[in-house]
Amino acid sequence: MSKIKEAFRKGKAFIPFITCGDPDLETTAALVRAAVANGADLIELGIPFSDPTAEGPVIQAANIRALSGGIKTDQIFEFVRDMRRDITVPMVFMTYANVVFSYGAAGFISTCRELGIDGLILPDLPFEEKGEFLPLCREQGVDLISMIAPTSEDRIGMIAREAEGFIYLVSSLGVTGVRSRITTDLSAIVQVIRENTSVPVAVGFGISTPDQAKKMAAVADGVIVGSAIIKLMEQYGKESAEPVGAYIKSMKEAVSQAAAHPDLPAGPDV
Amino acid sequence: MSQGRFGIHGGQYIPETLMNAVIELEEAYNHYKQDPDFNRELTELLNEYAGRPSRLYFARKMTRDLGGAKIYLKREDLNHTGAHKINNVLGQALLAKKMGKTRLIAETGAGQHGVATATAAALLDMECVVFMGVEDTVRQALNVYRMRLLGAEVIPVATGTGTLKDAVSEAMREWTSRISDTHYCLGSVMGPHPFPTIVRDFQAVISREIREEMLKKEGRLPDAVIACVGGGSNAIGSFYHFIGDESVRLIGCEAAGRGVDTFETAATIATGRVGIFHGMKSYFCQDEDGQIAPVYSISAGLDYPGVGPEHAYLHDIGRAEYVPVTDDEAVNAFEYLARMEGIIPAIESAHAVSYAMKLAPAMSEDKIIVITISGRGDKDCAAIARYRGEDIHE
Repeated sequence: MSKIKEAFRKGKAFIPFITCGDPDLETTAALVRAAVANGADLIELGIPFSDPTAEGPVIQAANIRALSGGIKTDQIFEFVRDMRRDITVPMVFMTYANVVFSYGAAGFISTCRELGIDGLILPDLPFEEKGEFLPLCREQGVDLISMIAPTSEDRIGMIAREAEGFIYLVSSLGVTGVRSRITTDLSAIVQVIRENTSVPVAVGFGISTPDQAKKMAAVADGVIVGSAIIKLMEQYGKESAEPVGAYIKSMKEAVSQAAAHPDLPAGPDV
Repeated sequence: MSQGRFGIHGGQYIPETLMNAVIELEEAYNHYKQDPDFNRELTELLNEYAGRPSRLYFARKMTRDLGGAKIYLKREDLNHTGAHKINNVLGQALLAKKMGKTRLIAETGAGQHGVATATAAALLDMECVVFMGVEDTVRQALNVYRMRLLGAEVIPVATGTGTLKDAVSEAMREWTSRISDTHYCLGSVMGPHPFPTIVRDFQAVISREIREEMLKKEGRLPDAVIACVGGGSNAIGSFYHFIGDESVRLIGCEAAGRGVDTFETAATIATGRVGIFHGMKSYFCQDEDGQIAPVYSISAGLDYPGVGPEHAYLHDIGRAEYVPVTDDEAVNAFEYLARMEGIIPAIESAHAVSYAMKLAPAMSEDKIIVITISGRGDKDCAAIARYRGEDIHE
């Protein structure tokens, strides 16, 4: 088992998403440190992809900024290796199937293990296709994160039963990006998930305000925020660590106000 | 492993949000493709509305001029809306209607698929939104006007390279956000299963007709069938009923742009490698990190960094050959066919004509080549004039 479950043992988890290399890796390093200092329980590191079909305009733009800076997959690996000297919080990579496939899945996933990357989120790899990477992930102890969407319906049980690490519950239809309202009946979906697995559930897509985060944390075990953070990065560029840190602090406080997952034993306070 | 594989290619590499939508589509398709009422309705639309069967025309002057194999042209350019795209669109639109969908979305490159989708939507009383790369809205301004005239909304896509691949990405994003009333009417034999199969089946009418007509006219099968390949729908449609006949060479012509030794190319099989993108595993133009390459071709309809998974498979097993044709060669063929036969082909189809011009003289006079003229070239006249240094605008 990877370290991912630890992220959910201290109450509701807050999971920030950061695109690596936007605008450069020095900034990404500062952002990761700021996220940890302000209570992030797990960090989702985005490896940029040229054509991210599951992303809205904000994260698309972050991918383009990072790639136009010339970022390479191997540089991101070196960056993580460097961060892992002192950062112990669980980290997962979020990228697209072609980035892994093109690198060579075996090499990519064994490097994840070696770097201390705990999981892998590939939004264009649904349940039916995970056989491509799952055996390699299992061999290396890297959790291949499953996604469940509002349209999953009869697929929820099937996906949940085989889920590892945590389940990424997509809050609403569409691509990533800030939404003013989330109307999906998430508690009904979470209930079906709970009937099938004890793996924690984190909700993402569209969450930006502490109020939304608190509501989402009340029905799930954690909250994932990407676009709202990327917007701050877009605004502050290389100076974004401080405002992002302050934002993460407010979001972590909001999610902490909801009660913890009943099935997960409390871990040591870290 | 998922369904919809062609060797290692194909599959369903899409967000979970869309999985039930493609499963529902597959179930509906498997039901309706065997439904006599559906097939009767579709055949009636294809024949009475789109003008099928299309002609298999013996290009006598071209044959004599090239001095080799006999050349036949499969005239998909004579279909209503001016291209083969209508074959697939009428099938998908009718299917979507049966599924209770009220809205069609589509991507388009040259605009031919967008025009066909807008046409079917008008005919079947459906709402229509077409995504088109902003570069292409400039290159193919006339088709943008046609789509709007037909009642469709055209959304220019400015992300990425502002071409076909970005239009596909944006249509996929749109489908993710609105599924219940919307069918994504994909225009080529690409994307996640079941699209490569559905589109192929609807386009297979091309090779069925070539086969029947050729047997009638010549009493035998052709020796080669040549078609242009972007995503590859007219090519797979032209090849399909000949795949089992090893004596028939199947030749797909890719857009080489300024040449396969330059970065300004869209020749996927010549320059790409296996990857996963737009819902499928296939060949893609990409860099060493798997970032999709910004491809280029004079032809907006072939300006795509991937190729349909069945073509990737036919290439792998050596059943079909894929050859690159440059902008220059395609433009020469565009002009050649206009003067020689009085037929102005789409610049996409001109890629196939160009290769036939090389192949025919190398074959003996008792051999037969079929070239699929996938579309008409009116839409390209202004762009080709500009390519030749004449500053005309539509």
